[in-house]
Amino acid sequence: MTQLDGVIKPKTKRSKRFLDRRAPKLTEDVKTTMIMKGGNASLTVTQALKDIYSLKKPNAVLYKKKNITRPFEDSTSLEFFSKKTDCSLFLFGSHNKKRPNNLIFGRMFDFHVLDMVELGVEKYVALSEIKNSKCPEGTKPMLVFAGEAFDTDNEHKRLKSLLIDFFRGPTASAVRLAGLEHVLHFTALDGKIYMRSYRCMLKKSGCRTPRIELEEMGPSFDLVLRRTHLASDDLYKLAHRKPKALKAKKKKNISHNVFGTKFGRVHMQKQDLAKLQTRKMKGLRKRRGRRGR
Amino acid sequence: MAACVEELLAKAQRDEEEKLKSITVTKELELTFDVGHLLACDSNRVEARALKEDKEQFLRSLARDNTQLLINEVWKLRAERLQEALVVKLPETHTPLPRAKPPPKVRAITKWEEFAKLKGIQKRKKTNLVWDPSAKDWKRRWGYQRGGDDTKEWLIEVPVTAANTEDQFEKRSHAKKERVAKNEFNRLKNIARAQKIKVPGVGLTPVASQGKDDLSRAVSVARTSTASAGRFQDCLPKEKAPKNMGKKRKFDAVIGNFSSEKQKQLDLLKLMDGKRPKLDVTKAVNKQMREEDQEEAQKYKKGKKGGRKGGGSFGGKGGKGGGGKGGKGAVVGGKRRGKPGKR
Repeated sequence: MTQLDGVIKPKTKRSKRFLDRRAPKLTEDVKTTMIMKGGNASLTVTQALKDIYSLKKPNAVLYKKKNITRPFEDSTSLEFFSKKTDCSLFLFGSHNKKRPNNLIFGRMFDFHVLDMVELGVEKYVALSEIKNSKCPEGTKPMLVFAGEAFDTDNEHKRLKSLLIDFFRGPTASAVRLAGLEHVLHFTALDGKIYMRSYRCMLKKSGCRTPRIELEEMGPSFDLVLRRTHLASDDLYKLAHRKPKALKAKKKKNISHNVFGTKFGRVHMQKQDLAKLQTRKMKGLRKRRGRRGR
Repeated sequence: MAACVEELLAKAQRDEEEKLKSITVTKELELTFDVGHLLACDSNRVEARALKEDKEQFLRSLARDNTQLLINEVWKLRAERLQEALVVKLPETHTPLPRAKPPPKVRAITKWEEFAKLKGIQKRKKTNLVWDPSAKDWKRRWGYQRGGDDTKEWLIEVPVTAANTEDQFEKRSHAKKERVAKNEFNRLKNIARAQKIKVPGVGLTPVASQGKDDLSRAVSVARTSTASAGRFQDCLPKEKAPKNMGKKRKFDAVIGNFSSEKQKQLDLLKLMDGKRPKLDVTKAVNKQMREEDQEEAQKYKKGKKGGRKGGGSFGGKGGKGGGGKGGKGAVVGGKRRGKPGKR
């Protein structure tokens, strides 16, 4: 919940902790996803939602019941649910005659919809249909985007950013090399997006870097781009704004040259040469009684 | 002999190339990577014809090539051994992604904190345990089973001045409730202040003892609380208007009294023409006092830092601080200086 900027004061320590956990943070936690279906959902959509849930598992909430809403017409109920479960990503599946097998990927900023993209499922192969060994739960996937549309078309650009946000998995400072098992490959061609999920096997190549072999793992989708709801530029910019505390402070008086050598500028105070201690000799010693000349 | 060596070298080179061949992929345009996200973007054109022929096969080979390039990139990073596993530290990401919530705001300073800062009052930590003489034990200062808990007393001495019928227990709990309510009210006021919301004036706030002003304010609030906002309410004879009720702007008629308008304009001109700025004595005095106050607070702050190290260099104005009590006076001295306004 937004806590109304602390107007409501928690009565117990426990609820205080709860609110603190949900309060905005400087470095944010992993975004959680809520996955839900609309009033009508076909078997394909239901299965697809379940499969994507299993890909995202520790950081996702699967809604089991129907929720009769249409996100493109009224997103308030989605915003309510996002507040309730503290989710900033959502996946909404529905099925009707006009838009069969519909998946809506979206993300929120401050519990309001930022981007929403509607994708129609044309072909779908479930996770269970492919009889292969799968990846363990919670693996950080490698994401690959292919196709020039992802770099040229505005909607595709946003979609790419959304998909990265959606599938990137937990933020990790380090990864185990043998744990790079899962590849999600998105190919954009002629308005269609082919999403494939592969298991990656590292084979010996004779040198240090292994050779890669891929094995289809599922789920795989052939998707068509339908409606989109993209955030306005200034809202999008606002959502990207980095807090001041996280920005690296520029260190003064340090410079690097072309070869990467570090230079520092040092400011010295002027030395008083009159007080310089030279070699000590008996003859030059100050007498106690007399001062100076 | 020389030929043999050359042959061997050539063979070794060929072997090496073959090994590398299995992990090299050539692309027209180079991929862009964000290794922090384990992300690769291939902006080469996808062959539509090849895709149509054998979709799955084509997609898999495309994915394999791209993944190989990404893996090559990851393997370039320095790996460490951590509990029998090779671990690679990921670099900083450079793909901008939106936040889920706006960055946290700094908590606004409360009125008390502002005042304390001005006066140089510092927070002091209280010990968690206090001595409870009745239990003859150290107990917690707050909360359950706290020491010196006056709500748990079974007997209270009735003051001489109190009426016989007054319930002292009731009085105590009532006072506590009032304090809590006042605290809550202040908290809300601080929130409103921080958000720069104008709070509607509350007619009467609960205070310990109501004064004359409170009474007159209560009367005025009661009077304006009619359906017609007090328009038809009569005043008592000799009744004074309540203080601090705000002014209502009044305007002169657009056309009418020319002589008074002329006089007003002339007055204004006279004021503008006058050489000396008008001196508001009370305002000036107030300003001076406030400045002195601030200075004092500043000095106290600095003095405290120096005082701990240096010892007796504190007293400044002589008088009380430097005299009889010596060391103690040096530390606390700054606080004992009386009200600055009263000098």
